[in-house]
Amino acid sequence: MAEDRSVSIEVVYRGIFQKTLAQRICRSVVLAARKKGHTGTAFARYGDSPERNGVPAKQFAVVAADELELEASMAKYEPSVVDVSIAVDDTLVKGVESWAWYGRQPIWKPVRANGWLLVTSDKKPAEVLAQTDAAERPYTLGIVPGGASFAGLWVYKDDHTDFRVLGALAKILPQWIALDDAKAASLELAKGDRSAVASVQVGYDSTEMRPVKLGEGTSGHEVLQFTKPGWTTMRPGIIVEARKPGERNPYYKKYGARTMRPVVNFDTCIKCTMCWLDCPDECFEVTPEGHYEVVYEACIGCGICAQVCPVKDCIVMVDELKFTDNKDKWQLWKQDHATYNAWFEDMSGVSADPKKGAAGSVPPNANPAANPTTSAGGDE
Amino acid sequence: MAVEVKPKETSEIETEQLATGCEAIAEAIRLADVDVMAAYPIRPYDGVMQAAAKLIANGKMDVEYIVADGEHSQFEIVKHACAVGARVFVGSSGVGWFYAFEAIAVTAGLRLPVVAICGNRALDDPGAFGTEHNDSLAVRDLGWLLPWAETAQEALDLALMAWRVAEDKRVSLPVAIGLDGAFLTHSQHIVKIPTQAAVDKFLPKFDLGDRLLHPDNPITIAPQVDQDWLMEIRRQNDAAMRNALGVIREAHTDFKKIFGRGGDSPFLDEYMTDDAEVVVIGQGTLSLPMKVAIRRLRKERGLKIGLVRLKWFRPFPTEEVVKSLRRFKAVGVIDRDYSFGSPYYGGVLYNEIRSALYSQAKRPVIVAFIAGLGGREIEQPMATEIFEKTMAAAKGDLAGGDTCHWIGVRE
Repeated sequence: MAEDRSVSIEVVYRGIFQKTLAQRICRSVVLAARKKGHTGTAFARYGDSPERNGVPAKQFAVVAADELELEASMAKYEPSVVDVSIAVDDTLVKGVESWAWYGRQPIWKPVRANGWLLVTSDKKPAEVLAQTDAAERPYTLGIVPGGASFAGLWVYKDDHTDFRVLGALAKILPQWIALDDAKAASLELAKGDRSAVASVQVGYDSTEMRPVKLGEGTSGHEVLQFTKPGWTTMRPGIIVEARKPGERNPYYKKYGARTMRPVVNFDTCIKCTMCWLDCPDECFEVTPEGHYEVVYEACIGCGICAQVCPVKDCIVMVDELKFTDNKDKWQLWKQDHATYNAWFEDMSGVSADPKKGAAGSVPPNANPAANPTTSAGGDE
Repeated sequence: MAVEVKPKETSEIETEQLATGCEAIAEAIRLADVDVMAAYPIRPYDGVMQAAAKLIANGKMDVEYIVADGEHSQFEIVKHACAVGARVFVGSSGVGWFYAFEAIAVTAGLRLPVVAICGNRALDDPGAFGTEHNDSLAVRDLGWLLPWAETAQEALDLALMAWRVAEDKRVSLPVAIGLDGAFLTHSQHIVKIPTQAAVDKFLPKFDLGDRLLHPDNPITIAPQVDQDWLMEIRRQNDAAMRNALGVIREAHTDFKKIFGRGGDSPFLDEYMTDDAEVVVIGQGTLSLPMKVAIRRLRKERGLKIGLVRLKWFRPFPTEEVVKSLRRFKAVGVIDRDYSFGSPYYGGVLYNEIRSALYSQAKRPVIVAFIAGLGGREIEQPMATEIFEKTMAAAKGDLAGGDTCHWIGVRE
């Protein structure tokens, strides 16, 4: 697709929790570009529907010079190549495993050479890049200031993430979205609220750009790719091998749904079984001592364990970007309590010793499922 | 009720009974040692229900007989029973068949070898009991094998063939035997009932192999898939349907060897075609009045006419049909069905046969007839009209070109 004839943008987001946000961004792109006389389409990936809580999903906006050019982008499930990928939660840079997909994709997978990856984040570009798969093509990482904006399916947390992203797009794609057009479109979408125009300007001015060279990023993430069989090698009768009791699914891991993960203080655990009982994904394994360790490959980070745990600060939800692997931690605790507890304190920001109180400031639990009262925004 | 007729001479492979088509099917259920059958009353399928229930009540048959709350459940019950390794039987008629339609579609998709009868009956509305083939034909694209029987004897024979072909691992698709309501389902005829020993020689035990749903074989069947998987699954079913032709031939050969019945071809039953210039083709019991007409018109007028009866509609025996029909000057296709708005307004069979012959350099003139809908009898004047029109077409004298001819309909 000729770059000067059309432009494709994808929004990668947390299924259900950010659906409305993704839709608003894609629609605003088309409506802003329309002011320049372009045409376009906005759509959600069919295979993601119905979405699952937190499981990465995608929506798209394609803008074209005319209807003929746009036809190449219609009747498709998703563009195979995009000019810009927008991750509206920075933990998504660890990779995208959609529930209808096969394996884990690097976040930049569809981004063309010298395209853009925009990430909404409070972190520095270096911190985000450190958790992004090593680049196979050069691109520019843009950090749009602001944390992940979560909201339920039916409500919208109107914190202007969409307008800041639109401002950032006006910066990098001025031939498609003029800043004034972005402002005019945002004013209409905000039903005349002029603060939307200011947010577009913030996104335009404050998005920090960091050129990424070939090979920059991490190679620490799991490679999870599968070959699809042909009709002669598939089992007849629409049959898939079931998991045997106690066996976990090697093809679909689910941890890509996580924005926070539970860490456990084994010293204060009273072995009450609540986390093990209430975990909706059966993530906990019982240790020989009767503790419950989290299998991080299976954990979606829903936070229910932290909610039901009766012991204060025994299970603490921690920002997923702080972790570089999915290794189980109980072995470390078993080998050396002191080292484990130091790690626990460093990660969680709370003291491993309940008599001492907080070791640092405990961040509010940003996971909407774990802490539903913080996710309720105003009605759209 | 089936009346036992004393056999003229003792046979090691069979006895004789005076039985309806439904009773013949019930005997086949007994002989095939079916594990689970599901029932819900609708005429004419209810004839099988009653006959099977009587066999169970008389201690002659041991089968799990489940009366469902409707046809949809009826077909779901046997589908699930089949998945856990049970040999099954089910059936319905007319709109009852349609009420089960979702279950019918998924059974073929899942490659579960359910054997059913469709006691052919006109679709409501208007409510009617007589035979019409549109109920069976509605599933023609889904992966069900569709044979049609002419007599009660053939109904029994086809049922035994059906389990053998359906359960063959190369096929593993469901079969629905078409039985014309009233003329076949509810008319008694002398039927040769094979002995258990002879049937056991023909029909092996059902074995789903590694597709068996069982705690010792943990599998998930029928997961949701997306566009990345569906086409391969459809292609697998296509391959299974292609395999069915060869498996039917094998079964037909063995059946003839053991029971001495079944005719020359598993797919076509030809009547007085050796010297025929013109033939008609159709399915099920309409062959009976047509055969009478052939004998009469040959005797009275010396017409060189014959009949080809199609025994399997799915898989469609294209090669056999083409090879047979290209010998004739004209072929009249008699549809006991309709396909409103179809090419030339012809019936389903007409357009299939026309399509099969299209690539032939030498092909007969094809004339479309619709007759006997709703169980209307095909009387001799109608049969005569069909042959006269087909003969005229052979000479190029038939008015109306490709227009489909409705026979015996009041203007």
